[in-house]
Amino acid sequence: MLVFVSIVLITIYFREPSGGSLHGVQSAGAAVLRPFEVGAERVARPFRDAYGWFAGLVHAKSENARLRHQLDLYSQQVIQNQTAGRQNADLKRLLHYVGLPSFPAGYNYVASAITSRPPSEFQQQVGIAAGSVNGIRVNDPVVNADGLVGLVTQVAHNTAQVTLLTDPTLHVSALDEQTGAAGMVGHGQGRGTLIVDRVQKSLTVHQGDWFVTQGWKVGNLTSIYPPGIPIGVISGASLTDLDLYWQVQLRPRVDFGSLQDVLVLVPKTRK
Amino acid sequence: MRPLVEPAKVAVLIFVAAILQVTIFSDVEILGGTPDVVLLTLMAIALLRGSIYGAAAGFAAGLIVDTANLATLGVTSLLLTIAGYWIGRYGETTGRDRAHAPFVSVAVATILVQFGALFLHYMLGDDVSARVVLLDALPPKVALNLLLTLPVYALVRRVLAWATEPEGATEVQLLG
Repeated sequence: MLVFVSIVLITIYFREPSGGSLHGVQSAGAAVLRPFEVGAERVARPFRDAYGWFAGLVHAKSENARLRHQLDLYSQQVIQNQTAGRQNADLKRLLHYVGLPSFPAGYNYVASAITSRPPSEFQQQVGIAAGSVNGIRVNDPVVNADGLVGLVTQVAHNTAQVTLLTDPTLHVSALDEQTGAAGMVGHGQGRGTLIVDRVQKSLTVHQGDWFVTQGWKVGNLTSIYPPGIPIGVISGASLTDLDLYWQVQLRPRVDFGSLQDVLVLVPKTRK
Repeated sequence: MRPLVEPAKVAVLIFVAAILQVTIFSDVEILGGTPDVVLLTLMAIALLRGSIYGAAAGFAAGLIVDTANLATLGVTSLLLTIAGYWIGRYGETTGRDRAHAPFVSVAVATILVQFGALFLHYMLGDDVSARVVLLDALPPKVALNLLLTLPVYALVRRVLAWATEPEGATEVQLLG
C-alpha cells in the first residue's frame, strides 16, 4: 500500500507544474520543517566551525606562504586594474555605452543560511532559509564571497531550493577573463568538478586563466547570470586534431562541500 | 494510551534522524561518501519492531527528507519503504536474535537503496553518473554506515525500551 502511494506521489509530482497542488503541499511542509532545520544547523555550527578551525591548522603554514606570494602578485594587479577601470569608465562615458545590468551594482542581495543539503549523490541542490517572502524568484542567480554558486530552481514561502553549479542540468555561458574565449561551463566527471564545453579551437585558453560569467543579450533574451561573476580557474586544457572544441577542466572557486551562507541576487529592475 | 507510545517514539526518532540527515550528516563527506543516519535509524526500528513499523517509518522518513529538500516527492519514500519492510522481515525470520543482523541489514540495504535510487533517477530522466554513485560514493558510504551501525542501533534500542513496561508474567493459579 505504501509502495503504491509512493509511486502515485512520484507520478503526480513529476507530471504536475511547479505551481501544482502537491508542490504547494510540499512548500507548506518545508515551511513547517524550516524552524527545525535552522535549529539543528545552529546547534551544529559551533562544532562544524571547530572542526574547520583544527583542519585549517594542518595546512596553515604552507597556505600562509602561498597566500603571501599571491598577495604580492595581486597588489601589483590591483594598481593596474584601478588604472584600467578609470580608463574604462571614462571611455564608457564618452561613448554613451549601454550595457547589461552589472554585477554587483545592478542587484540587491538576499543573504541566507543553508538549511538543508543533498542527502545523496543524486542531488546537487541545497535548501536556503529565504523564499518568495524575501523577494526571491525562480532563476535568480546565487553567489557567495568566492563566486557563482548556482541558481534558484524552486521557491516556497520562506524557503527555496538552489541547484548548485555542479548539477548536470545547469550550464552557464562563461568566458576566459584573460583571452575572451567563450564556452559553456557545466559539471565534470568527478564530484565537484567543472568543465568548459564549446570553446572553439580557434580561440586560446591557458592553464591558470579565470573563467567568469559571460552575461549576454540577444533580442529580448538576457542571460540570467550577470557578467563578471568568478566561476573557476582552468586546471587543465587539451586539444587533439579530432576534437572540435577545447577540452577544458575548471577548478571551481567555490567550495561546494562546505557552503554555509549564500547571497541570492535579486535584480533591482524587478517590479 | 499505551499503544500510542510506541508509534510516537518511532515517529520522533525518524523525524530527528531525517532533520539531522538533511542539516548535518549530508555535509559530512569522508573519502567521497556520506553516512545515512536515516537508513541506520530505519534499520534499528525495523529490526526491533518488525516489518510494518519498518515500512511505515521508511515512508515517513522519505517524505520528510524529500519535503525538506524540495526534491521529487515519493522517491525516497519508495526506497525507504521497501528497505524498511525488507529489514523488518529479515529481523522477523532469519535475522532473529543474530548479533550480526544489524550489520548485514545495513550493508545490504545501503547497496540496494543506492542501486534503487540510481534506477529511479535514471527513469525520471535525471542526469546521474553511475561511476560517481556506485564506484566513488558507495564503498565509503557502506563503510561509514557500518561504522555507525552499532551506536545508532544501541541508541534506538534504548529509546524504544524507555518508558516501556516489561511484560509481566501471567498470574497462574495452581489447582488441586
